[in-house]
Amino acid sequence: MSANFFYTIEVIANGLMTGVMYSLVALGFVLIFKASGVFNYAQGVMALFAAMTLVGIQTGQVPFAHLINVIFGTHLDKFGWEVPTFIAILIALAVMIGFAFLVERYILKHLVNQDPIILFMATIGLAYFMEGFGDLMWGSEIKKLDVGLPQGGNVWLENATAGWAEGFYGFYIDNLDMWATAIAIVLVAGLIVFSNYTKTGRALRAVADDNQAALSVGISLRKIWVIVWSLAGLVALVAGIMWGAKSGVQFSLSLIALKALPVLMLGGFTSIPGAIVGGMIIGVGEKLFEFTVGPYIGGATENWFAYVLALIFLVFRPQGLFGEKIIERV
Amino acid sequence: MKLTKLAAIAVATVTAATPVLAELVFPSLSYRTGAYAAGGIPFADGYADYFTMLNERDGGIGGEMTRVIECETGFATDKGVECYESTKGEGALVYQPLSTGITYQLIPKAAADGIPVHSMGYGRTSAANGNVFSHTFNYPANYWNGASLAVNHLLDINDGDISGKSVALIYHNSAYGKEPIRTLEELAEKHGFTLKTLAVDHPGQEQKSQWLQIRRERPDYVLMWGWGVMNQVAIQEAANIKFPMENFIGVWWSGAEIDVLPAGDAADGYKAITFHNVGSDYPIYDDIQKYVIDTGKAAGSGNQLGTVIYNRGLYAAMLATEAVRTAQEIHGVSNITAAMMRDGMEALVITEDKMAAAGMPNFGPSFEVSCENHGGPGTGAVAQWDATAKTWSLISDFGPSDMDIIQPLIDADSAAYAAENNIEPQCD
Repeated sequence: MSANFFYTIEVIANGLMTGVMYSLVALGFVLIFKASGVFNYAQGVMALFAAMTLVGIQTGQVPFAHLINVIFGTHLDKFGWEVPTFIAILIALAVMIGFAFLVERYILKHLVNQDPIILFMATIGLAYFMEGFGDLMWGSEIKKLDVGLPQGGNVWLENATAGWAEGFYGFYIDNLDMWATAIAIVLVAGLIVFSNYTKTGRALRAVADDNQAALSVGISLRKIWVIVWSLAGLVALVAGIMWGAKSGVQFSLSLIALKALPVLMLGGFTSIPGAIVGGMIIGVGEKLFEFTVGPYIGGATENWFAYVLALIFLVFRPQGLFGEKIIERV
Repeated sequence: MKLTKLAAIAVATVTAATPVLAELVFPSLSYRTGAYAAGGIPFADGYADYFTMLNERDGGIGGEMTRVIECETGFATDKGVECYESTKGEGALVYQPLSTGITYQLIPKAAADGIPVHSMGYGRTSAANGNVFSHTFNYPANYWNGASLAVNHLLDINDGDISGKSVALIYHNSAYGKEPIRTLEELAEKHGFTLKTLAVDHPGQEQKSQWLQIRRERPDYVLMWGWGVMNQVAIQEAANIKFPMENFIGVWWSGAEIDVLPAGDAADGYKAITFHNVGSDYPIYDDIQKYVIDTGKAAGSGNQLGTVIYNRGLYAAMLATEAVRTAQEIHGVSNITAAMMRDGMEALVITEDKMAAAGMPNFGPSFEVSCENHGGPGTGAVAQWDATAKTWSLISDFGPSDMDIIQPLIDADSAAYAAENNIEPQCD
């Protein structure tokens, strides 16, 4: 077999892994949409905020240092200690849960029974507030994120497969992508178990199916919203760690939400497995297109081709691959 | 007469009687928010801190206080134009758009309004032809100089022969990123190397395809025209595929601390072209510390001092200051107008003595601007990143770019612009 054949396999494998990275972002959207019918515009910014908080805690950064310095004329920057990664992750998660409480208390509670578009608008406002608040709290400089995950091509795989064909240098798979895949599998499995086998998970599904009926049997909508936003916060933290490890933690992390949209269009807004499968299809599709067609049309095809792919699926399955088909009868 | 009417007359009288305080106004089209804020903040800080220092230390320039008006563009062209429109009436002397997209939009507007634009190391390259672009200046170097300087470095490390070598250009898929392609194609033909171009869409968070292609095709060298997150991701991806960092060379917008720090030790040896020197070992920093930082008047948090892009902001402000002094000298007035500022920029002479007097010895080249040449000398050097010391160091002297290739390109592009816009040569 030719080197080109193996390189095509390599592109597909990398597309799958990249797709899983997109799925990590898409999952947060799915969780909130599934439970409340709200498209959470702030999910990308939540990933950024979670990652900024993690790095800030890890490195012992004083929150709001710049603001405090301006007001009081101090020169605060760092506390002078570093927090071990695992503890920092737990604290960052606690912050995201606290954030979920605040969102419910100060935004969602006041918008019960409003149209979904109103809630969507509220999340747009939330996104811009969080952008500014995150900058104020942790600063807008680029931060290095190191949680101990290995990066770079897998040497063993590369050496084991090098020379399989003339001009083939061995398969390249990024260790970080492999970790992301493993973490995504654990995350999805955990969410499915939580959703299907716990009382809270079943309550969550009941709210998703019919929130009026769920309310009538005593399920607290407010409690469910806090739980769902906390779970979305957890997913945002995981996505923020994985993407932040690649590029450093910076504003652009919030833009990864743009890569999650075609995944949602394809996988459906209400399916957790759909987010994963949709991500993998988008990842493989855009990478293969760039590999085969890109060189003839100037490259940089991935951003728009992902949406073309999603649109094609939409034409045939408007509810997405795994979305629930909604038929409203007159 | 009613009391309110009396009060209104009193206010009007006081306002009319108060002399208007003369100020030298420098709008700063900054971006402290958005995807490119990490690069926009240090430039804006450096630019503002320099003028603050002049006010505090010297009482301004030639006896006139300076005023920097910051307007947030978020690196968006439409907002940049809005900022221009909203600040030009404040007595703006010169605009630093800090974005190629904004510069393109401001070139005709600023010419019509008679306000000079200084796009230092960015913007429309052919604006170096002052015969056509009367109000745009891009000294001391432009993108095409940058492309040529990168190729010159490849020649230097290959004993002057790069025929048969392969060079890949990974670029931001925007007007900025595409600027060097034509020049590199000409240089490829001249020196016999092959050029492969790889576009990366905004913002550049995901570049797996491009780096897999580089790994497959194994170019000898990779050049980068990136900005923002594209730089950090590219350097990390290059490290991931074990591309030799010493063969990876960015333009000056891909060569700051923020670009290399996220990759940690893996970024060691990465190179960048620069048109000014690096570091903080200059007398000016003593004054910045004394008059700006210690007095709590810094534009930012004060943590950017000595970084590459902060230095670039200082340099831009220093060049603007020298142009003001030149204009004051030409016209014999201290409170100059934008038209006088343009004259000052066109007659600007930067010498090492002036650089030393400004507290920036050996920081940038000596050069002269003229009616025909708004682009300056086009010289540059190569800086290399030391990941252990976390510092950039120059590894070459400042050298010239290949004007035999660049000048015809400038002439052709500016002639096309002149024809499209019915512009008569201004230097005849």
